[in-house]
Amino acid sequence: MNQANPAASRDWRATWSKVTASNPVTVLFAIIFALIIGAVLIAAANPQVQTTAGYLFARPGDFFKALGQSIGGAYAALFQGSIINFQAGTLGGAISPLGETIAYSVPLIFAGLALGIGFRAGLFNIGGQGQIMIGAVLCAWIGFGLHLPAGAHLLVALLGAIIGGAVWGFIPGILKATTGANEVIVTIMLNSIAGFLVAWLLTLDAFQVPGSNNPISPLVDSSARYPNILGQSINLGIILALACAVGVWWLMERSTLGFQIRAVGDNPDAARSAGMNVRGTYVWVMLIGGALCGLAATTPLLSNPPQALSLDIASTFGFDAITVALLGRSRPLGTVLAGLLFGGLRAGGYMMQAATDTPIDIVLVLQSVIVLAIAAPPLVRTIFHLPDPDRRSRPPRRQPLATSAVAGVATSTAIPLASTSDPTLVAVSGSAAAASSPATPAATAPATPAGPSGVIRRSDQGPALGVTL
Amino acid sequence: MTAQLSLNDPQVVARPRSFKIPVILTLLTLISLGAFWLTTGGGDAFGLSIRTGTPGLGDLAWRLPSHSSLTVLVAIELVLTVLAWAFLAIRRPTPAWLSALVGTAFVASFLIWAVTNQSNPLQLTSLLSGALFLSVPLIFGAMAGAVCEHVGVINVSIEGQLLAGAFLGAVVGSLTGNPWIGLLAAPIAGAVVGALLALFAVRYWVDHIIAGVVLNVLVAGLTSYLFSTVLRNNSQTFSVAVKLPYWRIPLLADIPVIGTVLFNQSCLVYLMFAGVIVLQVMLFRSRWGLRMRACGEHPRAADTVGIKVNRTRTINTIIGGAIAGLGGAFFTLANGLAFQKDMSAGRGYIALAAMILGGWKPKGALVAALLFGFADNLQNALSVVGIAVPSQFMTMAPYIVTILAVAGVVGQVRAPAQEGQAYKG
Repeated sequence: MNQANPAASRDWRATWSKVTASNPVTVLFAIIFALIIGAVLIAAANPQVQTTAGYLFARPGDFFKALGQSIGGAYAALFQGSIINFQAGTLGGAISPLGETIAYSVPLIFAGLALGIGFRAGLFNIGGQGQIMIGAVLCAWIGFGLHLPAGAHLLVALLGAIIGGAVWGFIPGILKATTGANEVIVTIMLNSIAGFLVAWLLTLDAFQVPGSNNPISPLVDSSARYPNILGQSINLGIILALACAVGVWWLMERSTLGFQIRAVGDNPDAARSAGMNVRGTYVWVMLIGGALCGLAATTPLLSNPPQALSLDIASTFGFDAITVALLGRSRPLGTVLAGLLFGGLRAGGYMMQAATDTPIDIVLVLQSVIVLAIAAPPLVRTIFHLPDPDRRSRPPRRQPLATSAVAGVATSTAIPLASTSDPTLVAVSGSAAAASSPATPAATAPATPAGPSGVIRRSDQGPALGVTL
Repeated sequence: MTAQLSLNDPQVVARPRSFKIPVILTLLTLISLGAFWLTTGGGDAFGLSIRTGTPGLGDLAWRLPSHSSLTVLVAIELVLTVLAWAFLAIRRPTPAWLSALVGTAFVASFLIWAVTNQSNPLQLTSLLSGALFLSVPLIFGAMAGAVCEHVGVINVSIEGQLLAGAFLGAVVGSLTGNPWIGLLAAPIAGAVVGALLALFAVRYWVDHIIAGVVLNVLVAGLTSYLFSTVLRNNSQTFSVAVKLPYWRIPLLADIPVIGTVLFNQSCLVYLMFAGVIVLQVMLFRSRWGLRMRACGEHPRAADTVGIKVNRTRTINTIIGGAIAGLGGAFFTLANGLAFQKDMSAGRGYIALAAMILGGWKPKGALVAALLFGFADNLQNALSVVGIAVPSQFMTMAPYIVTILAVAGVVGQVRAPAQEGQAYKG
């Protein structure tokens, strides 16, 4: 509706509408909105700001100085921790935060891709957490239990992670396909079960550091670790993640299975009518998603230096990935960018915590506000007074059919009643005309097909259509 | 002429037989028989301790023979299982009491088997009363979920509502030094989260599950952030633990076992029981309940008879949030603890499962949540006894039961028809 308008004077307006309607701009405003909320929180929790607010009217300068220092300091640290550290002496040191950002983003990209496939198939896979844990179990066990030559060891460990995650994804998939079990509940349950399973495994000697009783495994062999490719924090994992993103793009946009996945996500009934195997698609989606989630476990386990398998091995990747996939609108490129954004927030968050005592938890607030704002574009538009580019995307004000119909009768008798194609309208118009008083309570009642008697009553005035509510 | 045949006529069409429950009961009985009964010998014994609430009786402790106790239990299970097959033979569904009895006997035989030949006795009363106490947040959360789902809003943000309630309840309780004022504040925090859920799910048509999950992250981040800054810096003001009192109901608490378990509890437990009863009646017997269920089942029809669907949804989502917020008081006020990060630890999701397992009904959710609470507390009880059985598997059991239930093995449950669907007028 906002196509290029021949009238030059309206051009800028159309362009402005187009720009503000586009996804990147919504994302940008969502991020700004989140940063504003974050700033409020940072300032409110700052003792200096609290003190100076006590004598705000006596010396407002102090208050605003403290305000600026707290917010500016925190966000400067966030920037330095995630993108460029100007205080570092060397160039390598200056861009090393970027490496941290990438390192933090890798598991988010893997898991975000996984959940994105699910979303596009209409499956809400909350079980990333469990799939990561089971993938981690197999991957870690291969990593420290088997002793293979370098290269082969890494490949087998990756395969283990894939299989572990895929198995844990297969369960909700096959249950959904065969019994229609709600995947949300099943995956939530499987998250807990995976946690208990790992807790139990970590009590076994086979998974513990020899001679120790702590629920923590040995580190994986160096032959199973990702080789570093750049600096200290960037390893082969990011290449694998990007390759997976390309693979997912090919799967979703170019393959038959991807077409089926999208069709099933849009309308399972139509897909079934078209001869697609909807149930099989569900299983495939969960298998692929589980496998990708399993790969997310390789980042902490196989990096240099690696983490040992513990109960916290999945961190909150599975849940963060939900926000990543949502922010990336389930598209591979979007997921990669969203993963980088959230990885950057996390990397910068640690720097912010160390430098300014601002707890890392604020990152969760930023993430969730960004996603909420993006999920509800009208909210962002309302906050920033952006024009609404597409009226249909906004929840319309409810227009009771009866009101318009009655108004139509009242104002214009030229409209032949019988020509209205909607039977509801005919009935209502007919009854309103019969009542010969358009300003009756019928005008305020919502679309009410007239009962056999042709009388419309508000439900709280008495029974209508034989139903008392 | 032949009479009109109707599928609903029991004379004409036989009921379909369902083998599921008899098969499950048979499996349970076989496990009891093979794994528990056969592995205990004549000389084995187990300790059982009961704290009677009756004055003058005090604690009772017995040492009972394991094998003969198991023989009794397994015999009961066998008889009941045969009865279940008999019901199948006459094409009747297995009665719920029968399944419940077999389940109870199975759990009892497992417990006897687990504590056999341990020197410490099994503390039966503390096992049961602890289970009831631990299920409190699950039941409040499940009630919140039921209110929201019946009105057509999927409430995944129970977790966040519990956490928000725990936070505000603790902070207000600490500020005022009065747990009762904290208890009043907890539902307000839950209601705010509920209002946010309504804003996104009802007003902006955001997918309910997405909105719920993200709200959970938001609440977790917000409460953790405030905990690490404001609460930690002013712990003398904001982080003083206050505790809701335990109430001992006179006379009732003197009943042996039951009195100790049911009538010597935190007052939040009594509030929970009152809530379940009131909500069960209100949901299915009141005008409010009928209206909200209409919005969940067929919003268009509800709108047609003059119910403002989105307004009803918003109000009830906020009410649901308030109920969950009240349950959040469990973590801080009922336990007498100051707020800690992520105190709810995933209980909100379990509450959601309990609600579904309970068939979207408060009373069903009560039973399901008690099952989760029991499994939770079993771990504590058995670690006191000193058992080597990996407790993780016992704790896992209700989660597996939930998966089986959702997969339709245990019984078919039906969600409100239009849950999760935005009503676009």
